[in-house]
Amino acid sequence: MLAQQFINAISLGGVYALFAFGFTLVFGVLNVINLAHGAVFMIGAYAALHAVVQLRLPLLGGIFVAMLVTGVAGWILDKWIFTPLRARRAPHLAPMIATIGVAISLTSTIEGYFGTQNQRFPAELLPAETLSLADVQITWLELRIILLSLALMGVLLWGLKRSAVGRALRALSESAKAAALVGVNVEGLFRLTSVIGAMLGGVAGVLIALYSNAVFPQMGQPMLHKGIAIVILGGMGDIRGALLGAFFLAFAEVFSVAYIGSTMRDAVSFGLLFTILLVRPQGLFGHAAQRRV
Amino acid sequence: MEWLDNFWATYSTLVLSVGTNVLLALSIYLTLACGLLTVANAAFMGIGAYAATLLTLNTGVPFPCAILGGALLPALVALAIGRPTLRLSGVYLAMATLAFGEVVRVVILNAETLTGGALGLNGIPQLTAWYDVALAVGVTLYVLLRLAHSRVGRTMTAISQDELATELMGLNVGAYKLFSFALGAALAGLAGGLNAHFTFFISPNEYGFERGVEILAMGVLGGSGSPWGALIGAVLITLLPELLRGLGHYRPLLNGIILIVIILYSPKGIWDILQSAPRRARPTVAS
Repeated sequence: MLAQQFINAISLGGVYALFAFGFTLVFGVLNVINLAHGAVFMIGAYAALHAVVQLRLPLLGGIFVAMLVTGVAGWILDKWIFTPLRARRAPHLAPMIATIGVAISLTSTIEGYFGTQNQRFPAELLPAETLSLADVQITWLELRIILLSLALMGVLLWGLKRSAVGRALRALSESAKAAALVGVNVEGLFRLTSVIGAMLGGVAGVLIALYSNAVFPQMGQPMLHKGIAIVILGGMGDIRGALLGAFFLAFAEVFSVAYIGSTMRDAVSFGLLFTILLVRPQGLFGHAAQRRV
Repeated sequence: MEWLDNFWATYSTLVLSVGTNVLLALSIYLTLACGLLTVANAAFMGIGAYAATLLTLNTGVPFPCAILGGALLPALVALAIGRPTLRLSGVYLAMATLAFGEVVRVVILNAETLTGGALGLNGIPQLTAWYDVALAVGVTLYVLLRLAHSRVGRTMTAISQDELATELMGLNVGAYKLFSFALGAALAGLAGGLNAHFTFFISPNEYGFERGVEILAMGVLGGSGSPWGALIGAVLITLLPELLRGLGHYRPLLNGIILIVIILYSPKGIWDILQSAPRRARPTVAS
């Protein structure tokens, strides 16, 4: 039983981590709290569902389509909203309010077009075979979800650490002005970050949709709350923090449902979050905002 | 005055909502004026609503006392959590207050015997009259406008611009921040109590993330530089869905688009545009 819950927590944590990565990346580099991330997550799920159902693509193709669609969404978000606001030197809350508008618009469009009911992936596409190791049952689907999310995270972490683009992104998150002075293409990288962040949200959307086999317009909201809780836990703008926070939350959720009961699930997560906040408000890896003298 | 009675019969909830939203927007204006970015006001509103409602339903206290109780409890909570939380600044404070808001919502949700849990509290007597709301709004607006031009108000502006310099001048920055935070909480609680007594029913989900974000949007949209900006933002955000009622399903879509457009073209809020227009039109020495 324990091992089973452990596996569940790992798969959930992996997906949460992808979502949180996208969110914290946009915050760390663009300094924007992207409250449309939940809506993009939801769009990813819908895109994959319809790609699979209408274009008859395999699951992996569906994920690819989701990444494409949400990548475009991220591109549009930066080109038409974040860049103009940056150019006008808007107060730093303005982009956040704009993303609220975007989230409302996206959710409403999907609701109007597809209706509010829960849509499901066709059953024959979901691999139902289970694998038995020791006394742990793990479905092929869960296994693939774990592998995909770990693979994506690995690629991202490696990219951030080793590649030139990754170094530029890290420089950008420290100081945009200094990065510009050393020749980093600031605007281009901002756009790239928005695209990557949205893609991560989209993939997370598909994976959660597969995991729970539920696609509905409001699915982004609870995920956004969890995403915020995760990045608060881990420290805003910190990738390792997002990773740790995601697994922490997933484990807390899975084990509290298993051992306490599902009504207390949110209470446990947020209770833990709040306790940690009282002790260390900047999260595990965050740094308390330093006063620049 | 028959049209007035008809108007009131249909729109009383809307008008009263505008009033309580103005109070909420003013509460966030107050915290923003001190440089504090808090999203906890929705949670404080919830605490105030539940406190006032429980006082009315379970004890026999008169309505004004229930409302005052609803304003007092959030202020006490704010004082309690203020010290550790206000050490943070900027977005970190926003996120921490957001977490606090979620915790409050979950606590209310799970304290079923007291708060009715997910089912909320029902059958709240409709005790709020238009003059209660008008009085609250009027007094608050007056106090905040006077505050803005007083020493306290100037200190808060100084804190929002440069905390370190203000502290170096010998002013107790922490105390001022705590004061603004607690007073903002009291205002939000007041709004919550008044709101509960004309909506007949309250539930924990009304005071969560969406509400907090809506309050913040009201403050930023109208312009965080002045109580009038808060007023404009509150009126706009409350009335917009009603004005768009004819659009049915796509109403939130237009709501969202309008929000985006307003922010894109006046990021500092509408009040800023209204203020600077005559200034730009006046000929200056340089031109």
